[in-house]
Amino acid sequence: MHANGHPHDSHHEPAWSDPERTLSPAAVSAVVERLRGALPADGVLASQEELRPYECDGLAAFRCPPIAVALPRTEAEVRDVLLTCRALDIPVVARGAGTGLSGGAMPHPCSVVLSLARLNRILGVDPVARTARVQPGVRNLEVSEAAAPYGLYYAPDPSSQIACTIGGNVAENSGGVHCLKYGLTVHNVLGIRGYTIDGEMIELGGGALDGPGLDLLALAIGSEGLLLVVTEVLVKLLPRPPLARVVMASYDDVGKAGEAVAAIIAAGIIPAGLEMMDRKATAAVEPFVKAGYDLSAAAILLAEADGTADEVTEEIQEIERVLRNAGATAIAVSGSERERLRFWSGRKNAFPAAGRVSPDYYCMDGTIPRKNVGHVLKAIEAMEERYGLRCMNVFHAGDGNLHPLILFDANRSGEWDRADHFGAEILELCVQLGGTITGEHGVGIEKINSMCVQFSPAERAAFFAIKNAFDPHGLLNPGKAIPTLRRCAEYGKMHIRHGALPHPDLPRF
Amino acid sequence: MSSAPDTALREIQQRVMEANHTGTALRLCGAGTKDFYGERLEGERLDLRPYRGIVDYEPSELVITARCGTPLSEIESLLAARGQFLAFEPPAFGGDPTIGGVISAGISGPRRPQVGAARDFVLGARLLGATGEELRFGGRVMKNVAGFDVSRLLCGSLGFLGIITEVSLKVLPRPRCEQTLALRLSAQDAVAVFNRWGSLPLPISAAAWADGIAWVRLSGAAPAVRAAAQRIGGDALETQAATQLWNGLRHFTHPFFAAEQIWRVSVPSTATLHEPAQAQKLLIDWGGSIRWYADATMGASVRAFASAAGGTAMCWRGHTGETRFHPLSAGRTEIHRRLKQHFDPNAIFNRGRLLATDGRH
Repeated sequence: MHANGHPHDSHHEPAWSDPERTLSPAAVSAVVERLRGALPADGVLASQEELRPYECDGLAAFRCPPIAVALPRTEAEVRDVLLTCRALDIPVVARGAGTGLSGGAMPHPCSVVLSLARLNRILGVDPVARTARVQPGVRNLEVSEAAAPYGLYYAPDPSSQIACTIGGNVAENSGGVHCLKYGLTVHNVLGIRGYTIDGEMIELGGGALDGPGLDLLALAIGSEGLLLVVTEVLVKLLPRPPLARVVMASYDDVGKAGEAVAAIIAAGIIPAGLEMMDRKATAAVEPFVKAGYDLSAAAILLAEADGTADEVTEEIQEIERVLRNAGATAIAVSGSERERLRFWSGRKNAFPAAGRVSPDYYCMDGTIPRKNVGHVLKAIEAMEERYGLRCMNVFHAGDGNLHPLILFDANRSGEWDRADHFGAEILELCVQLGGTITGEHGVGIEKINSMCVQFSPAERAAFFAIKNAFDPHGLLNPGKAIPTLRRCAEYGKMHIRHGALPHPDLPRF
Repeated sequence: MSSAPDTALREIQQRVMEANHTGTALRLCGAGTKDFYGERLEGERLDLRPYRGIVDYEPSELVITARCGTPLSEIESLLAARGQFLAFEPPAFGGDPTIGGVISAGISGPRRPQVGAARDFVLGARLLGATGEELRFGGRVMKNVAGFDVSRLLCGSLGFLGIITEVSLKVLPRPRCEQTLALRLSAQDAVAVFNRWGSLPLPISAAAWADGIAWVRLSGAAPAVRAAAQRIGGDALETQAATQLWNGLRHFTHPFFAAEQIWRVSVPSTATLHEPAQAQKLLIDWGGSIRWYADATMGASVRAFASAAGGTAMCWRGHTGETRFHPLSAGRTEIHRRLKQHFDPNAIFNRGRLLATDGRH
């Protein structure tokens, strides 16, 4: 064993990861006072009713008020907030629009929420270089709107794109329905500028396509606010395809629909979007959106082709042929932009529809190798019976990214717990099949226990070491994304199965 | 009885643990095609080629997983048989590099601006750290945001954090149709049209300039390639000539790269062109984003103009009074140092290859 730097050392685990730590009222007042000195009068929120909207993000089941919210307008003010919190040893939770689905922006009880919402300017669109320089509080869709006059757009399109911010997209490495062809945030961001907790400005990537040293840009994207606070983002813009059309196909068996997805890929086609919904999902959305879905089908597929008119015509024919050979019971092709949007409307409204048919729903985000889609859907059916809860399934079939929506009623005793365990079991199955617990929503606070299933103690120690390299004091979004050894040990105890501990290699204390 | 790969991995682990115990520097080796690349070579050779073989490949998943010692040629011929390829076009330098070396160096070919860099295709990796333990990051699926994206961080890390023992890569279907066009243009005009075409929905998959000619490759569905070729104009190349051209640029076998002194300048594609005294000492790739200079007289001034243009300059071949790679900022250097401290505290792996100062106290 080595004196220093052994990956099993837990000394990198930051103190603030412990949610039990508290602050005295006097300490809280001192923080608020210092922040008021650093920011204009409307830049600090500290009363109970002002803090309430910041208690949670899009994952409303997890809530906690912060001690204050800082709303800087400039980079210099962001830096001042960071330096203030660093000087007082106070955790900082960065926040965009609060649309995240994994609780990544849920405050730590002793934290200051650093809202980037007021850094909301598009600093420039360069149509020749095909880039846009934006502040983190700019909404995703705004970027494409600003680029539209030049025939360009920003490709990643998470379903919340009307509201979610680019800063949040960078933190989560957000995807969308088009990422099989156009990539995730990591593939579409060229550079970022941000600040460390010590107030040091750091620039990663930029207008050039590469540079020396480790690719810290790739590391920072998807780091869930644990490494630095981003104040500027340089995104890549793409020429907007002149045309898009979508094929809708019905299958009488979910397994067959899964095989049809594989057949499209095997035929050498990368559709712009490739989505699947099961019967429970189509039945839930159809009464509300009247998308024209085949309610007799066990599953439907939506496959989109985009490009020039010639390209689209050829690809649509090819997709139709493959889907038919894979046993489609019905096929429809959008004949107009209006019809294309109608086909998509059901898929895009699946989450709201779940909210209409059930008082509450819990959205999962596991990813699996595509070939296992049918297997997982059947396993989920069995779990529905076991947990006594319904689950409707929509997913980014092209990426193997599942979004099972577990329906429950939080007012009925025990239902949330059952939903929570149901979800954890789905994620464990995803890991078993060679997949992951989160494809695009992030770990946040929600899936932190499932991280114990996916990663070994040495792997988690490596994550803490990376955090430590950027944030040695452990003040940025502590307690999120990486579970401590202690947390995993406790989770392991709750999940003793078949009389054996799931992680026999884990140190216990 | 254990299999050959198991034995090979155990032997590598054994060497690493011994080296870590004694503080011995190890120089990680594949086929040696990139020995020229990096700040310097130091330490005892550790040949990673015995740990080889394709672990998993299913064409319909668009993912291939291979051990580090697997020759690139083996992967490429397997993919080709199923109509797929590594879209980042890694260079072979006239030899047959290992996939571990390809990813450790992270060098991408002419398709880079349109389809992405090597790191964009890395889905997962195993890292053998100084303790000899293998760590798994990422996976074999397209989307994965669990934990920091260490597998992409490893791409281009030149062994700084340890040994990449296994890697999973996204693969793509080979384009159905390709055509290369040649247009007689000045270097400046070439960069200007490359940028203009980039903002149009054209299926361009490479754009380079050398010897007074702009070369544009189109890839995709036949009708789209035909329509784009009409729009761009110029002369169409015969398939064989086109293959030779792009292979020359991809694998660095193009005569330009025989020069003794070569600088690689990576800048925004719209950056003002710094033209050398003789046009044949300039080669442009990546649609204007990479400018290669085979000019011994440039010296350190190249760093200054690269920085001014918002980019960096690397001494690719030949002598430099400074480091080969463009120097990092103090803040980024410190982050490297802290990462090294955790992953490789005794600096046994590829000492001084990524950072000249690493391993020197």
